[in-house]
Amino acid sequence: MTVSKIWVHAEALDGKVSTITLELLAKARELGDTVEAFYGGADAEAIAATLGAHGATTVHATGDLGGTLLGVPVAAALAAKVAAGAGPDAFLFGTTPDGRDIAGRLSAKIDRPLLSNNVELDVADGKLVATTPVFGGTVNVTTTFAGDGPAIVLARPKSFAAAESGGGAAAVQALDVPADALGGTTIVERHVEESTGPKLDEAAVVVSGGRGLGEADKYEMIETLAKLLHGAPGASRAIVDAGWVPYAYQVGQTGKVVKPTVYMACGISGATQHLVGMKGSKNIIAINKDEEAPIFGVADLGIVGDVHKVLPKLIEALQSRS
Amino acid sequence: MPPMNVVVTVKQIPDPAEPGSLEGDNTLNRSGKLILDEADSYGVEMALQLVAAAGSGEVTLVSVTANGEVSGLRSALAMGADKAVLVSDDAIAGSDALGTAKVLAAAIGRVEGVDLVLCAVEASDGYTGTVAAQLSELLGLNSATFAKHVEIADGKVKVQRQTEAGFDEVVTSLPALVSVTAGVVEPRYPSFKGIMAAKNKPVDQVTLADLGLDASQVGWGGARQTITAVTPAPAREAGEKIVDEGDAHEKIVAFLEELKVI
Ligand SMILES: Cc1cc2nc3c(=O)[nH]c(=O)nc-3n(C[C@H](O)[C@H](O)[C@H](O)COP(=O)(O)OP(=O)(O)OC[C@H]3O[C@@H](n4cnc5c(N)ncnc54)[C@H](O)[C@@H]3O)c2cc1C
Ligand SMILES: Nc1ncnc2c1ncn2[C@@H]1O[C@H](COP(=O)(O)O)[C@@H](O)[C@H]1O
Repeated sequence: MTVSKIWVHAEALDGKVSTITLELLAKARELGDTVEAFYGGADAEAIAATLGAHGATTVHATGDLGGTLLGVPVAAALAAKVAAGAGPDAFLFGTTPDGRDIAGRLSAKIDRPLLSNNVELDVADGKLVATTPVFGGTVNVTTTFAGDGPAIVLARPKSFAAAESGGGAAAVQALDVPADALGGTTIVERHVEESTGPKLDEAAVVVSGGRGLGEADKYEMIETLAKLLHGAPGASRAIVDAGWVPYAYQVGQTGKVVKPTVYMACGISGATQHLVGMKGSKNIIAINKDEEAPIFGVADLGIVGDVHKVLPKLIEALQSRS
Repeated sequence: MPPMNVVVTVKQIPDPAEPGSLEGDNTLNRSGKLILDEADSYGVEMALQLVAAAGSGEVTLVSVTANGEVSGLRSALAMGADKAVLVSDDAIAGSDALGTAKVLAAAIGRVEGVDLVLCAVEASDGYTGTVAAQLSELLGLNSATFAKHVEIADGKVKVQRQTEAGFDEVVTSLPALVSVTAGVVEPRYPSFKGIMAAKNKPVDQVTLADLGLDASQVGWGGARQTITAVTPAPAREAGEKIVDEGDAHEKIVAFLEELKVI
């Protein structure tokens, strides 16, 4: 059984649709008869083909918001659709900054509950069923919506596999924003923290460093190793908080979820909040000098050893091969 | 500079260092001592700094709990907050994010002359991460969320807002709500003097009825969702573990070869 109509929040950067959006569209096709997208921004034409190729028949787009932060205008536009009886049975968002802003405001506006941080979605008796991990991913809680009105669901990135549907470009339709929803909070400047090489959440290999590296300078070993393996460097929160690397590198509950072919944890203890972000990796290698470190509980290859001894030799061995 | 009156929402949670457990009705076990959520200590510190920079104003804490616990609030008062509103009512148990936001909105409505509301991006226990957006909508406030840097000048708040790609500089006028990330400022440790002073700071204890809220809007009834299953997640099996004898790197290389990564 499916729900009749699902609207997926489309996110894009510089005309490129975000991976999370493609993941949500793929899942939405399993759950709903009709899958459409909605988008806050001016360049919907540029993304309509990609959205269509992943299963959205229509993209409801606000058009230029004059730099207004998305939460207020997009939630107001969606609430107006719901009020007019022209909304979907379920709204699907990624657990991203904009997704959470819009979903939160929408929930308050239309007085409907939302379920956040989900990793699995299903349909039972014509209603959405959402599963959320708790206690660092050791327990799953499954919840259904009750009462009338649309369901609002947020899913964590990397929960579903993106897949093309072979559809043609999505039809762009206007999503009207009430005038008083514009201009409240505006973006005056965007900063993109460039990292070279593959993106952390898309790389086939992720090499992460933690406090066990001892000092900020030693993170260079992680970067070198990541480059040698054509992967991306990552980090535990401990060293992000310590200012060794930017937040964009953080893996875990409050950082990125990664599912690479190989995840290498160097000097990382394996706190549940870190495990949540990486234990879906296909293969895990851990190097830690404490044989009791929890990271070994999820490692396919665990090395009880000193990162300052193992990593330089590993780097040398890889360099001599290339 | 005009005075700055800041409200900080602070959640009191079971100690994250202790293993969590669920009640028979599948809510998080929140009995026993609750502590100040570390995530909210950043908001408290931010508020103290902003009021200090303005030269005058007050920091008011607002917390919602089913069990009347105040120890987390006392920790935040010990850091230097001036006063607190504690909404405590049995009917709050089982509240979801929207229910909690409704109670917070009503409680903040009791505080006069609020210039800024500070929340954490997400709580450490539930990490729904939506209360800030829901609350700003209910209060009719502009919001700047996911702040990793906050500045106030000329009646405006300027925030560096974390994004997937880096950060955006966003600006909005006061009054407003800002949600802060961990690390936005370095929270101070309460001094002995602060801890002593906190004991006598006013904590306004109110119930849902005092706020004019109906119990059906919050708690299990208000949540309009039903937990249908609680299951252990499939555990990942640990594989081989070896002690480095100076040749562990060869093992890693062999493993990477086997996986065809190199
Ligand atoms: C609400 C909340 C959210 C959080 N979100 C995240 C998150 O998203 N991501 C995240 O990572 N954390 C998160 N944390 C923090 C998490 O709980 C841990 O504190 C953090 O992951 C620890 O980082 P670490 O493993 O680098 O440091 P530590 O826990 O200090 O571990 C360092 C490890 O290095 C080992 N070591 C030391 N020296 C060496 C050496 N020379 N060679 C080899 N090994 C060595 C030690 O044995 C130890 O195991 C969160 C916490 C909370 C409360
Ligand atoms: N029961 C509560 N009492 C006070 N503040 C809360 C409560 N629940 C959530 N908040 C605030 O909202 C933030 C985000 O919570 P959440 O959306 O549940 O992750 C928290 O860090 C608090 O600042």
